Amino acid sequence: MSILTRPSSPPRTPTAPRGTRVAARTRARTDALLSKAVVNGLLIVAAFYTLMPVTWLVIAATKNDRDLFGTSGFSFGDFSLLANLHHVFSFNDGIYLRWFGNSILYSVVGSAASTLLCVATGYAFDKYDFKGKEKLFGAVLGGVLVPTTVIQLPMYLLATEAGVVNTYWALLLPALVNPFGVYLARVFSEGYVPNEVLEAARVDGAGELRTFAGIALPMLAPGFMTIFLFSFTSSWNNFFGALVMLNDEKLYPVNLGLFMWNSVTQQQPEYYSLVITGSLVAVVPLIAAFVCLQRFWRSGLTAGAVK
Amino acid sequence: MAAPPAPAVKTRPRPTTKPPATSALRRSQRRAAALFVVPFFVLFAAVMVAPIGYAVWMSLFQEHSSGLGFGGTQRVFSGIGNYTKALSDAGFRDSFVHIALYCALYIPVMIGGSLLLALLLDSAMARAKRFFQLALFLPHAIPGLIASLIWIYLYTPGLSPVLDWIGALGGSWDFYSNDHVLSSMVNLCAWQWIGYNMVIFYAALQAVPREVIEAAVVDGAGALRTALRIKVPLIASALVMTVLFTCVGAIQIFTEPKLLNQRGAPSVDTEWSPTLFIWKAGFVQHDYGLAAAASLLLALLGVVLSYLVTRLGNRWKAAS
Repeated sequence: MSILTRPSSPPRTPTAPRGTRVAARTRARTDALLSKAVVNGLLIVAAFYTLMPVTWLVIAATKNDRDLFGTSGFSFGDFSLLANLHHVFSFNDGIYLRWFGNSILYSVVGSAASTLLCVATGYAFDKYDFKGKEKLFGAVLGGVLVPTTVIQLPMYLLATEAGVVNTYWALLLPALVNPFGVYLARVFSEGYVPNEVLEAARVDGAGELRTFAGIALPMLAPGFMTIFLFSFTSSWNNFFGALVMLNDEKLYPVNLGLFMWNSVTQQQPEYYSLVITGSLVAVVPLIAAFVCLQRFWRSGLTAGAVK
Repeated sequence: MAAPPAPAVKTRPRPTTKPPATSALRRSQRRAAALFVVPFFVLFAAVMVAPIGYAVWMSLFQEHSSGLGFGGTQRVFSGIGNYTKALSDAGFRDSFVHIALYCALYIPVMIGGSLLLALLLDSAMARAKRFFQLALFLPHAIPGLIASLIWIYLYTPGLSPVLDWIGALGGSWDFYSNDHVLSSMVNLCAWQWIGYNMVIFYAALQAVPREVIEAAVVDGAGALRTALRIKVPLIASALVMTVLFTCVGAIQIFTEPKLLNQRGAPSVDTEWSPTLFIWKAGFVQHDYGLAAAASLLLALLGVVLSYLVTRLGNRWKAAS
């Protein structure tokens, strides 16, 4: 536009450029409006893609077996959410609640312990000098790239010999080791815990353990939370490990339990509503936690990406 | 308690008394470092190093049943026997073809899609950024197995609103058919990870200095040009790292093909992916040597891929 008008108005009469300038400005404004519509339109399409399945899950959990197949996916049938919930929690002597408790044990307790280990190790890598330090850290980084599915079978065989297969320890022990968490903890320790503070504590005569627990750990709290979330999602997602290590359905986490229920849906369609409602019950607290803890996972992803 | 620091200050001019104090300090620090590091490395050795070593050991032996059928089986050293057995197994070779095809579709979709979304969100024109960021990340909060179950149901005729919509538009689609099952699988994984990768790219884009972008705009570069020529090269590290993790994850795919197989998708058999093959060899056929060899070959592929991606990434970073 401006290229076309410029040569035609060399005398610079006061009226002509103003007219073209206004035209150019309105054209620019419609262009801006158009690209704004395209940008936001694409984002809305993407948000529809990510939110649609979850919305479907919520609606499907409110339907009884008949409406689940008889009505369209996004229309409501008879409201049976409470009946479905009751069915999930009472089915097979309340096994679902037990799975849920197991998931919390594996994910919350396991991740808390794992995170404490990571933070202590990462802190030591940052603040202390010891023999073979960088070689050991290299081993940790190598551990990040080891595919977990690859070590699952030998781990199962070793666990069989150690007698921990089909116990809580079979999932808890491997979950304690999180090499990526150690890497993150070292990065966080460099950023959050100034060396001068530690020097000051030493001058005051505080022991190394006291300094870590009383001074460094509170400073590392946001990093702790971030690493916790990482290891929490990985243990909550750990389906392969549970499938390999556990036989006793009393020890199952929720996802393995739902997998077992799902495997009979094609023969017995009444299991569909169990799987759907059970999935919803498992997902709601996770979504709530992620919305509340946004700031932590965001900072973790940033720390991982920029370094 | 307050006494020790005072002499330490006094003794500073005399170097002879200093070494004992610092070495005591150093000793206590070394003890603390050991206390912090040792528990992790004991566990690291138990659940990472030992299994890898054990897998290497197992992969060198084969089980032979004694000729008469009783007396159990015998473990015989076979060298690279299990490796050649795995590599000559058509099912194992096919599983690598399957994941190669899968990666050829999945990686461009995943990286391109999440990069596009991050650039859109980073542009000045985007509104409600916090909402979109959260909405796009949401699937990652859902455990992989449950995410897959939801989509499997969305692929199931009678349950699925998606199939209803396609039907209402006059089309028809079979998510499990041989032609479509690969795209169905890509969709399962893309849904779970696209928002996660988008957040990584978006965070990296936010760290790009604003002056650089303003300079490009002053030079007359349009929004599209700025995005592709200025912003993308500046987040090269994040891109390379994400491609790396996406590749390493993709070659291990297990849950999604397992569920599609369970649903009866005709072209997804019980050894469709290398991990499914390993699962079958180890836990169904109890051929531990073969499973271990296959695991290590898959790990080797992971190492090679990591090396290639990092190498190519560095070259690209140097060029741009």
